[in-house]
Amino acid sequence: MAERKDIEIDFGRIEAQRTRLNLGPQHPSTHGVLRLEVELDGEIVTEVVPHIGYLHRCFEKYAENKTYPQVIPYIDRLDYITSMSNEIPYVLGIEKMMGIKVSEKVEAIRTILAELNRIASHQIAVATFGMDAGAFTPFLFFFRDRESILDIFEKLSGARLLYNYIRIGGLMNDLYPSFKNDVLDVINVIRKTNAEVMDLLIDNKIFIERTINIGVLPADVAISFGCSGPVLRGSGVPFDLRRDEPYLNYDKFDFEVCVGKGEMGTLGDSYDRNIVRYHEMEESCRIIEQALKILPDASEDVRSAMPKKVAPKGEIYAKAENPKGELGFYIVGDGKNKPARIKSRSACFVNLSALPAISQGSMIADLILILGSVDIVLGEVDR
Amino acid sequence: MGFLDRLDKGLDPVGPDIMLGTVEDLLNWGRSKSDWYMHFGIACCAIEFMAVNAAHFDLMRFGAIPRASPRQADFIIISGTVTLKMAERIKRLYEQMAEPKYVFSMGSCANSGGPYWEHGYHVLKGVDRIIPVDVYVPGCPPRPEAFLEGMVQLQKKIRHQEIFRKREKMSPEDLKAIEDRKIEMEKQYQDYLADQKLKNQEIG
Repeated sequence: MAERKDIEIDFGRIEAQRTRLNLGPQHPSTHGVLRLEVELDGEIVTEVVPHIGYLHRCFEKYAENKTYPQVIPYIDRLDYITSMSNEIPYVLGIEKMMGIKVSEKVEAIRTILAELNRIASHQIAVATFGMDAGAFTPFLFFFRDRESILDIFEKLSGARLLYNYIRIGGLMNDLYPSFKNDVLDVINVIRKTNAEVMDLLIDNKIFIERTINIGVLPADVAISFGCSGPVLRGSGVPFDLRRDEPYLNYDKFDFEVCVGKGEMGTLGDSYDRNIVRYHEMEESCRIIEQALKILPDASEDVRSAMPKKVAPKGEIYAKAENPKGELGFYIVGDGKNKPARIKSRSACFVNLSALPAISQGSMIADLILILGSVDIVLGEVDR
Repeated sequence: MGFLDRLDKGLDPVGPDIMLGTVEDLLNWGRSKSDWYMHFGIACCAIEFMAVNAAHFDLMRFGAIPRASPRQADFIIISGTVTLKMAERIKRLYEQMAEPKYVFSMGSCANSGGPYWEHGYHVLKGVDRIIPVDVYVPGCPPRPEAFLEGMVQLQKKIRHQEIFRKREKMSPEDLKAIEDRKIEMEKQYQDYLADQKLKNQEIG
């Protein structure tokens, strides 16, 4: 009989091979031309390295080579979903440098347009976030309603996406006669669709289970990264430039700063960031309604304060609360008709920098949702 | 215009339904009505393309279905500013597509560099510098209607393409090679038949 041998097997640790996966730059779910280099341990993400620069369009070089009014179209193309809002910090900065005071009507129109654009941007954000989770119908709903907002912009400026409407010291032209009615109609449509999407997507159990507790961004981490906009407010930090450092005439309006409450899962998860955007659409509707009330009916020359020669001297940092977060322009002028230097501080770039921190340890399928909840636009990341 | 229109002309209510036409017409009709595309969304134009794809403009009624892989796509839509870093990727994706393939250049940036033509040190001045373009859609960004017009033009191009008559344009050497191959295949077939005959005789 053979002698019995004891065989020792070490079950202590089985080394799994790490996989490096390349996601993008052309991928249906990366929201543009972002490339993510992902390191995987099985299905768990251990490292995410975003590679950017696939849409670097030389904005700062152009800003040095164009006159001040000519820079505005290039600013439109930074964050191409929110062109109207992009123009505001730049225009406000130049106006402050030159000491131009615009009329009450111009300010009110700018506010209405910025808020309409905020709704359009959040509609895309919520729609594509739903698509990342597998819901296609809200995408169709939101894009149908977004068309009615774009119709208003088109009647005003002649363009559907890139407007060049808000000018230094005024606007491109006055409102058209039925503007007020159009905007009120659009608000009604948006509220109706939002209620439908609430039933269809946001309040859906599958959607909630899918989005809670992933990509948790704690408030202190968000602040240390310099995040702003819905990403920061989703972590429960009530910071909004419209309320904290009012520009235009936001101090006249009564509105709430929406913050994430962690009602479904952990505070600062993907669900919270999405629900903040959803509620902000309603707050924007409220602001628009109040702004329409103080909008003077009488037609006036909205170009009257526009300077003949724009050649400011000095430097300024102008910022505004964009749909994505704080968009700022650091403008240096040396008394010539072209800016000496313009540096743009874009919210998307800063928010994207928090992605590696919040996606570590999540599943690979959740990574797409986490990226969708940060809501980046690569035109503003790469500039 | 369409292939099915011929059915109306020669339709016999009693006899069999016969439709006369070339195979080429049939193939081209089918190809033009089921274009699968790969959307290479880069910049602002990609947002307009999303609007084209959504409920209001509804691209799918043209038979165009989005594919995520270049291997399954009939045409590729380049929508946005092509940077030098991105140009390499576009060329590789185009090479991965199966023939016949078409390229849609959407917007001024993809056409010629657009607003980034002058000082854009990192912008490719037109995607046609790296891959051949079939349809140019102008605009910054183009209206959705302009894109749909481009789609109609592409369908028209596909419908009038020659598939089989290409042989006339071939060089004499190629034609000779084809003839030689034909003779060779005929010979192989005859050999095979003879072989079979021999085997049958052996069995018989």
